[in-house]
This record gives sequence, C-alpha cells and structure tokens, in this order.
Amino acid sequence: MSSKDLILGRVRAALRDAPVAPPVPREYRPAGRPASLDVLVDRLLDYKAEVHRVRQDEIATTVAGLVDGAVIVPPGLPRAWRPAAAVPDDGLAPDRIAAAAAVLTAAAVAVAETGTIVLDAAPDQGRRIITLLPDVHFCVLRPAQVVAAVPDAVARLDPRRPLTWISGPSATSDIELNRVEGVHGPRHLHVLLLDE
Amino acid sequence: MRIALFATCLADTLFPEAAKATVLLLERLGHEVVFPSDQTCCGQMHVNTGYQKDALPLVKRYVTVMAPYDVIVAPSGSCVGSIRHQHAMVAAKYGDASLAARAEDAAARTYELSELLIDVLKVEDVGAFYPHRVTYHPTCHSLRMTRVGDKPLRLLRQVRGLDLVELPAAEQCCGFGGTFALKNAETSTAMLADKMTNVVATGADVCTAGDASCLMHIGGGLSRLRTGVRTVHLAEILASTES
Amino acid sequence: MTTFLGMPATAPRGVGNLRGEQTFPAAAHDALADSQLRRNLRHATTTIRGKSGKVIAELPDWQPLRDAGSAIKTDVLARLPELLEQLEERVTAAGGVVHWAADANEANAIVTRLVRETGSDRVIKVKSMATQEIGLNEALEEAGIAAVETDLAELIVQLGHDKPSHILVPAIHRNRAEIREIFLREMPGVDPALTDDPPVLAAAARRYLRETFLSTTVAISGANFAIADTGTLAVVESEGNGRMCLTLPDTLITVMGIEKVLPTWQDLEVFLQLLPRASTGERMNPYTTMWTGVTPGDGPQNFHLVLLDNGRSAVLSDPAGRSALHCIRCSACLNVCPVYERAGGHAYGSVYPGPIGAVLSPQLTGIADNASLPYASSLCGACFDACPVKIDIPSLLVHLRNEAPHPRGERAAMAAAARIMDRPRVYAAAQRAAKLARIAGRRGRGLPPPLSGWTAGRDLPEFPEQTFRDWWASR
Repeated sequence: MSSKDLILGRVRAALRDAPVAPPVPREYRPAGRPASLDVLVDRLLDYKAEVHRVRQDEIATTVAGLVDGAVIVPPGLPRAWRPAAAVPDDGLAPDRIAAAAAVLTAAAVAVAETGTIVLDAAPDQGRRIITLLPDVHFCVLRPAQVVAAVPDAVARLDPRRPLTWISGPSATSDIELNRVEGVHGPRHLHVLLLDE
Repeated sequence: MRIALFATCLADTLFPEAAKATVLLLERLGHEVVFPSDQTCCGQMHVNTGYQKDALPLVKRYVTVMAPYDVIVAPSGSCVGSIRHQHAMVAAKYGDASLAARAEDAAARTYELSELLIDVLKVEDVGAFYPHRVTYHPTCHSLRMTRVGDKPLRLLRQVRGLDLVELPAAEQCCGFGGTFALKNAETSTAMLADKMTNVVATGADVCTAGDASCLMHIGGGLSRLRTGVRTVHLAEILASTES
Repeated sequence: MTTFLGMPATAPRGVGNLRGEQTFPAAAHDALADSQLRRNLRHATTTIRGKSGKVIAELPDWQPLRDAGSAIKTDVLARLPELLEQLEERVTAAGGVVHWAADANEANAIVTRLVRETGSDRVIKVKSMATQEIGLNEALEEAGIAAVETDLAELIVQLGHDKPSHILVPAIHRNRAEIREIFLREMPGVDPALTDDPPVLAAAARRYLRETFLSTTVAISGANFAIADTGTLAVVESEGNGRMCLTLPDTLITVMGIEKVLPTWQDLEVFLQLLPRASTGERMNPYTTMWTGVTPGDGPQNFHLVLLDNGRSAVLSDPAGRSALHCIRCSACLNVCPVYERAGGHAYGSVYPGPIGAVLSPQLTGIADNASLPYASSLCGACFDACPVKIDIPSLLVHLRNEAPHPRGERAAMAAAARIMDRPRVYAAAQRAAKLARIAGRRGRGLPPPLSGWTAGRDLPEFPEQTFRDWWASR
C-alpha cells in the first residue's frame, strides 16, 4: 500500500460521519470598490516605504539622484525609464545582482488598503532574484494598477506566475514583537507613482 | 412578573447575600420571586473538569425544576453561560434528544441578573443608593460566554452615591477558572496578583462583579494581602437603598 | 473499498516535538518564578494585542471575513481527500513532485533522501511549524546534514541552544539584551561592538546569513496555504529570508500538513486579510511568496511537496474536535491568553503552545500523552474571540477534558459531589456539615466541592450564618 493510499484511507475513515459543509458566506466587502491613491500612499509611508510622484520622463533622473552605482533592470523594462547606470538582467550571476546599488522594476498590481505591491515576474519586473538581493528597490507604479483591497488583487493576478507581495521594506517583528525595518530583503523601497 | 430564582450552589452555600439581594431587589421592583427548593447546582464544575456524564443528572434536575417557570434569573454570568452553552450539549451526548430540546428551552428562559433587569424588565435605574468608590470586574463568562456586554455598568451608573472607577485591563481573567485554580494553582495565583494590582490601583474600596466565584477568588486574595478592598456582588449594590 | 487501508492514527512517539517531559503545572512552575521571562512575555503580548486590535478595527468587515474563513476551513475538512488529490495533480502538472508522509518518521526520511540526492550537506530553512513538529532538524543532523534556520527568531533560538516558545515569534521569551548576548556569544564573525538596538541586531543577522543564502543549493519550507485548483503554494513572512529560501536555491522542499489546503485561488482573498492582522498586527506582512510548481529560469528548478498526516487524520476523526484543524497558525490566541502570558510557551512542552496548542497537541498525540494540557486554561474565552477562523477553543478544551484520563481520587470526589447535588436534602445537610467543619477549624477540608482543596494565596470566605435556602425557608 502506498503512503498516499494509506493517508487518503485514513482521512476517508475519519470522515465516515460524512460532514456536509454549509455554503461559504462571503458577506465581506467584495472586489470592485474604487481605489484611492491617497490611501495607498498613506499606507506605503506608514510601513516606511518612500513614495515619489513622477512623470515617466523623470524616472531615470529620480533613480540616478538617489543611488550611485549599478541599477539592475529587468529585460522588458521600458527604455525611457532606464537610468544611465542601468544593467539589464540577462541571467546575471547572484553575486553581480547582490553587488548592485539598486533594482528598478515595474509592478503588476498594488493594493491601496494594505500598502502592498505585487510583482508577477512579467518582462518589466523580471526574475524574482533581482528584486531580492539589491538593498534598494525602485518600483514604478501606474495609477491604473492600484486596486482598493486584497480581493481586487487576487482577482487580477494569475496564480500560474510566481508572485511576490511586497508591503514596505524587509522587516521583522521578532524582537519584542515590534516591527523593525531592514533584515534580508531590500532595506529601502521607493515607489515611483506615475502622474498620468 | 413571576420570576424563579436559580440561586447557584455557590451563592446558596457561601454567598447568600448575593441571592438574598437578588430577591429583595426584584421584590422592590414589584415582582414576585419564587425559589424552587429542589434546585442545587448547574453542573458547570463537572462539565468543565471533564465529567460531563456526572453532570447529566444536574442538567436534568435544572430542566425539570425550572420547567414551570417562564422567567428564571441567576446572579451569575458563569452559571447562566453553562446553562446556555453546555446543558443541551451534555443532554444530547449522554441523555436524549428530548432532554436536549428541553434544556435548550430552559436555557432560553434563563437570564443573568443584569440581562433580566435591562432586557426583560426594561429598567436601568433600579433606585439604588450606594455611597462608595466602586470598580467593576467584568467576569470572563459574563463577558464572553453569556455576553452581558455593558449592562452591569449601565446599572451601576444609575446608582446614587456610587463613584464608578474604571478597572485597568478589566477584561483580563482573574485566574479563577473553577478547578483551574486548583489544578494550576501557581498560574492562577500569578493571574490573581495582576488583577489585584489593577483593583488596588483604582483606589476603589469595593470591587464588584456579576459572579460570586470570581469575587471569592479576588476577595480571598485581597483579604490575604489586607488591602482593605472588599468584594461585593453586583446584586448587593443594586439592592442597597438609602433606608 | 478504502476503509480497510488504515484507521486514523495519532503522531508516533519517539520522534518530533509534540510531547513535553513534564505536566503543564510542573513545567509552568519554573517559568512563573522567572520574573524576567514574565516581563518579556507581558511586554511582547501587550504590544501585539495593541497593534492587532488597531488594524483589525480598521476593517469594517472583520466579522464577515472570520465567518468566511471558518466556513472555508469547514468545507476543506469535509472534502479533504478530493482536494488533496486535486492539489497533487496540479502541482505535478506544474512541474513539482508530490510525496505523501503518513507520520514524522516517513516525512523525515523523505526529506533526508531528497537532500542527499542533491549532494548537499547543508539546507537553509524558512520557519515552519510542520518541520518543527516532526523534528526534521534533528533527523537531518543525524544524517550529517546541517539545517540552518534563517528566520530571525528561529536563529536566536538555534544559536541560543534554546527551544521555541511561540508559534510566530519562537524567541518571544528573549528580550533585546538577551538576544545581543546570544549573538555575541554564538554568532561567528559578529561585531564585538554590537548594541541591543533592534535594527542593529537585525543587521547582524543579515550579514551573518547573506553568504549562506547565496551558497546553499537546497531550501526547506513549510506552507501557509496550498491552493487545490491551481497547485499554488504560499509562504507568508516578514524578513525576506523566506524569499531567499524560496527563490535562490536549485531545490525547494516544502513540508505541509494536509489540512493546509484551500479549495480555490479566490479563497486567498479571505486568508490574506485575516492572517497578517491577527498574527503580527500588520495590514499586510512585508513579503508573501506564491509559486506554482517550477518556473523555468526563475527560482528553484526542482520542487518537492511533502504532504504530512502525523496525527491529523486522528484529529479529523473526532467530529467534536476536528475544528482545531482550521488553525492557520497566526498565534492570536497565544497573544491574548492570560495563562500563556504567565506560564510561557515552554510550559506546554510541544511546538504548539498556548490555547490552540493545549487542544491540538493532545489531539495529535492522543490525549494520554498530553493529558494536563486541556486543563492549562481558565476557560476565559479570550482565545475564541481572537481567533480569525473562529475556533471555539474553550469548548474544545472542555471536550478534551471529558476525554482525558482522570485521577482516581478526583473521579470519586466528582461522582460523590454529583450524587449529593442530585439530592437536595442531602445537599442541604452537606452545606450545614461543611459549615460546622469549617468552624471547627479544619481549614479547606471537609467542604463540599467546589470548595475543597482551595489553596494558599487566598483566604476562604467566612461561612455565613445561614445558607440562602435556610434564609428562604425562614422568611
């Protein structure tokens, strides 16, 4: 007998009283409410992200003004966004990525109510590793990508893609249960919110 | 209104003033109180200690003794909580479906004192006079099992002469927990110590609550430490008048 | 037919971390005497209660979310076999390999074999209750494989040769000064000028683990959620150590309790709102990683999912107790528990401490092995109100007490008390006898239950002149 058969047999035996679950009540606020950029900005700032309102043509100079050194960019990032120090990720070695000053990406979705940005590894966001090892992450967000709450984000995302939900810089609550920013992930998160 | 009193075994035996006060208060408000003398205990101690089967006769007794009465009051949020949330379960498990149905029915007619006053008798000012500085401990079962909410506080706020002071960390358990206080005496004592610190910090001379059991625990600690703070059941305060 | 294939089984003895060496009261004794520990716990739990309460109050639909979370979990348990098979199918289709582990021994053997096959003698780990439960680190060590815990609190515990005492923050019993001392003593290459400023301590962990993250080829994780209809796994974390483990290595091995499966992708909209607010008191935790099988060119190219029973089928087999499997390991019940706050997590003897541990540990092991745990509660009910998936922990505790083995003397006393209480005349006589006994000075003895055995630290009330029923009769 395989362990699979053993476990499923046990589970079926455990359920011999044939419990019937009632329908799931979904009385919570559904997707579809309008999103507020002000709420998003408030929540991002509350979790120690930095927010810059910029036009597309200001992205490169904003980034260049904040960091010195190589800025990793995913291969599909719009050319107009790239600062002079941009290093496109063409399969860069981890050491190279870790040694860079920053990474600049787009995003898939942002959740206003929680101050969350979600990356889905699309060509303008790149492999997960590039947003993990550099100490500074610049993330460009279009207003149309901002949704009100978690249900809207879940509805928009494709679970077959690798997803990274980011809410502020790396943090821990492990010392006396107080939130402290800056552990293994990027210690600085800059959100570049496009004025469109 | 004709109201049956479920005195609870603890008030009957050790804290008769709480049960007496319940009678005198309700009579003062113009109601008839009856005490079915075949009542004893709700069985909560048995259920909560792991002896549900032993509690079955006590459940049966409560259901039978209280069958003739439309409204039953108990000066205990904890016993009412047990009657509401445990009697039918014990009856279904060790008795039969009909007993469980009767237990549900009896539970629906049973009220904790502050619930009876506010929800059934629709009275908030019971005409009491109690010239003391008082702090209120919302016992866990009143708060989270019977869910009396702020009803005791609403009653206390109407008592003339009473200076009501808020208890810090009021919703924290005092550490009684029935046989918990015996089986985990040290943890219980640690919880009690924090509760007493908070009671003493209010500067109140009286700590009140809707449960004689928790008051026995808190009062026993306060007395051992000679703090001078007394514990008095809510019913006794509401029954007090100027005369 | 399937029923003959096996009856639900509890977690085996001799492996894993579900059983303590002492009863709860005995283990709590030391913790209660440690005033530093009590200050640390009080400070931490008070902080988290405040944070959590604030962000929960921001959501107008917290109660409907709890209702939905609870109902989804009820549905999961009712349909567990089909959901597990669906999950296996979807994970496999996406390039993952699914393994089934009946208990801790089998899970440890599977993971050890998988690590050996990679040729690595070191793994990096994301904090995982399931792997703690089965004692995976100990098993790997026996096989000559070093398991490096990368979560800050786990690292503190591992470097301090300590045991975890909280589901979410295993080092909750340590304050910043103690953490500094552990780092100075045990962390290779640590800056001797290290202060106890939390950001400084966090930075020390970052430096210490960075090279390990970059050079280790195998990672082991747990899972917060697994989605049956997509095959997606999710790990919710804060520090980025999870992202490191889930992204950098060639091979990822995830060990997950079978109850963690969720039916649909949409269900995440409920749990991603419930978990962070109940757990760390955040609107959203800093990082959540979701992956479905293997993505070519991005992240681990070998993914193994180990589905673990280890007593869960036994929990499931009790209709009155199975809702304990709804638990999403948020630890809200620990943070509000007055018993946990005083006694600390080690007193429970299991990786699952606090109210949910007092239920789940004896359920997983069989009640005889953790018989004191269901009594480690005053039944104050704070845990039930705090639980984001509405597990009625007090009722489960009462249920387990009814199943627990009882001391013979107590059994006799309880039966006698019930007999007396079922006979009003005898009862009234006992009340009078008790009063006489008390007056005669036999303090605390000879009283009818529930008063017998009242212990030190509190005075007994004076016996009244008259019982209520005597007063009533005399009116």
